[in-house]
Amino acid sequence: MITLLRELTGAYGPSSREEEIRNTIERKISPNVDDIYTDALGNLIAVKKGSGNGKRIMLAAHMDEIGLVASYIDEKGFIRISNIGGINPYVAVGQRVQFHNGITGCVCYEENITDFKDLKLDRMYIDIGTQRREITLDCIMPGDIAVFCGEAIEQNGKFISKALDDRIGCAILIELIETLKDCPNEVVFVFTVQEEVGLRGAGPAAFSIKPDLAVAVDVTGTGDTPECKPLALQLGKGPAVMIKDNRTISHPMVKNALIECARKNNIPYQLEVMSVGGNDAGTIHTAAGGIPAGAVSIPCRYLHRPCEMVDKNDALNAVKLLNAFVMSPMA
Amino acid sequence: MMQKLAELTKLDGLSGNEQDVRKYIIQNLADKSLEHYTDNIGNLIVKGKTDGSSNLKVMVAAHMDEVGLMVNYITDDGKLKFSTVGGIDSRILIGQHVRVGKDKIPGVIGYKSIHLQDKNERESVVKLKSLYIDIAAKDRENAEELVKTGDYVAFDSEPVFFGENKIKAKALDDRAGCAVIMELLNEVWPFELYACFTVQEEIGLRGALVAANRVKPDVGIVLEGTTCADVPKVKEHEVSTVMGKGPSISFADRASIADRELLMHFFKTAEKEGIPYQWKTTTTGGNDAGKIQTSGAGVKTLVVSVPCRYIHSPVSVLDLNDLKNMLNLVSKALHTLPEALGR
Repeated sequence: MITLLRELTGAYGPSSREEEIRNTIERKISPNVDDIYTDALGNLIAVKKGSGNGKRIMLAAHMDEIGLVASYIDEKGFIRISNIGGINPYVAVGQRVQFHNGITGCVCYEENITDFKDLKLDRMYIDIGTQRREITLDCIMPGDIAVFCGEAIEQNGKFISKALDDRIGCAILIELIETLKDCPNEVVFVFTVQEEVGLRGAGPAAFSIKPDLAVAVDVTGTGDTPECKPLALQLGKGPAVMIKDNRTISHPMVKNALIECARKNNIPYQLEVMSVGGNDAGTIHTAAGGIPAGAVSIPCRYLHRPCEMVDKNDALNAVKLLNAFVMSPMA
Repeated sequence: MMQKLAELTKLDGLSGNEQDVRKYIIQNLADKSLEHYTDNIGNLIVKGKTDGSSNLKVMVAAHMDEVGLMVNYITDDGKLKFSTVGGIDSRILIGQHVRVGKDKIPGVIGYKSIHLQDKNERESVVKLKSLYIDIAAKDRENAEELVKTGDYVAFDSEPVFFGENKIKAKALDDRAGCAVIMELLNEVWPFELYACFTVQEEIGLRGALVAANRVKPDVGIVLEGTTCADVPKVKEHEVSTVMGKGPSISFADRASIADRELLMHFFKTAEKEGIPYQWKTTTTGGNDAGKIQTSGAGVKTLVVSVPCRYIHSPVSVLDLNDLKNMLNLVSKALHTLPEALGR
């Protein structure tokens, strides 16, 4: 899985600029699906037809990653920035970031900030090493988006990388596409856009697909690091079946089916109850007259940082769990 | 277009109460033969003329509604307490002239005199709940003869042309967009053009979603009035837009991110045609594009705005050349859109 992950996390793809990651995924999966297309917003939709009179199941993982958008280029060539998705200024400080064309910069802050409480993105900038506006404009225009650098590695049974949110979800779906055979249900794999800016791609995709049920595959926070907030999720204890987050209360049918699949197949699982955050299920479950939806979440430390960390077995078990789920005959 | 803009700003059309604006637009369409209808929530949808050469469906949207106030309580001594309709900075309210309700009863917004304010009150932002509208009523009974709770309250601010090509008025956000779309309706388009004059943008982009779900466009272009803070003590990267530098193209705000193809097409059109334009340098706020983009199976959107200083106030100011350039840019870019999108 690390080879796949390295390729996926290495592909550039902040919200609204998912071309590269979409092409990467499309190349990988198109031999193994019956139909594949990209919709108006850029969602990549791949269909594996069912072998019987099963249901239509939508599985969604988002392709996009968070980034910093160039909002203004000053006389000296420094790039002023705003966030695309949730970026904490404290995390961004000192990071190496990269634009779509490979141009690399450092994220710095105005030096007269003496109290870090005053650190805000509008007092920060990206330096790409030019001295004049014209030179910066030769390679970067306002609206271009930079993403964190941070190559994927595997170490001590963990994956560490930028953009594991949600390339780990994409990797899980890709593995599932490769292994899934003779499924009674039709499975529509959706690699969504613009999740990080408000779950914007998934709703329209669900509207056009009109699945009978849907599962989002995304990452979630953990409560297993020093002095962290209490949260009943840990790395390595299995994928989490979402009960609720701030955008969705999982449909009992979906939630119970996932739990049952995990139990029957001896797949370790955890239960996710979050008061903050949301995933694509949030806009899927209210689309097209209402769609029973839930989520399988991969516990992830250091979310929205260049060193997001997940457990390899959690990811592999998520593939197993989703496989069992889509293979089960849905009443 | 300038005269129409001035007349449009004279009309009161707070969110949910846009009928006067809607009526004006219908009555003043240059081409009376255009098919139009008003949907259930109040959006006015006008179908433009087309030569049918492209199968593209394009929605161009501007919102008819403006920010203002609503009476929510009448005090024993006949003063009107109010809440806001849309986002209003309480600091701009003190001393404003307003008109209340259907009969446009004149009033002024009052606050206790500076002599009576304690230190804390003088040094902090005035709270809405300590302001009131004075319609010179003797008491509650007298006030109730003139107004009632639920009455809309609009700023009383006449448009004034001043300086070099500038206009001062209320409601430039977004009668400016409405005025531009009225001009666009004079042209013949290669695609189906749906001009959507939307309602209730200021209170949460509510009309646009309904319109977009009805029209089901391939492309949505939103024409807005937007923040312009090119005023003293604002850093150059935080001004948002600069007045007189042309219409602004937004790459992203809090409600939507521009479709890349549309963004590049408008950008290239401006460069090629030599039309002044600017990038909006901030990503705050949101507009109808947010709801249009995620409507139905998804719609490609772009926002083009005219800079408005002192937006959401009775004394908004815009540069009429920016407005002309906005019309020019949008018109040129739309005519070549089918080619750019390969449709």
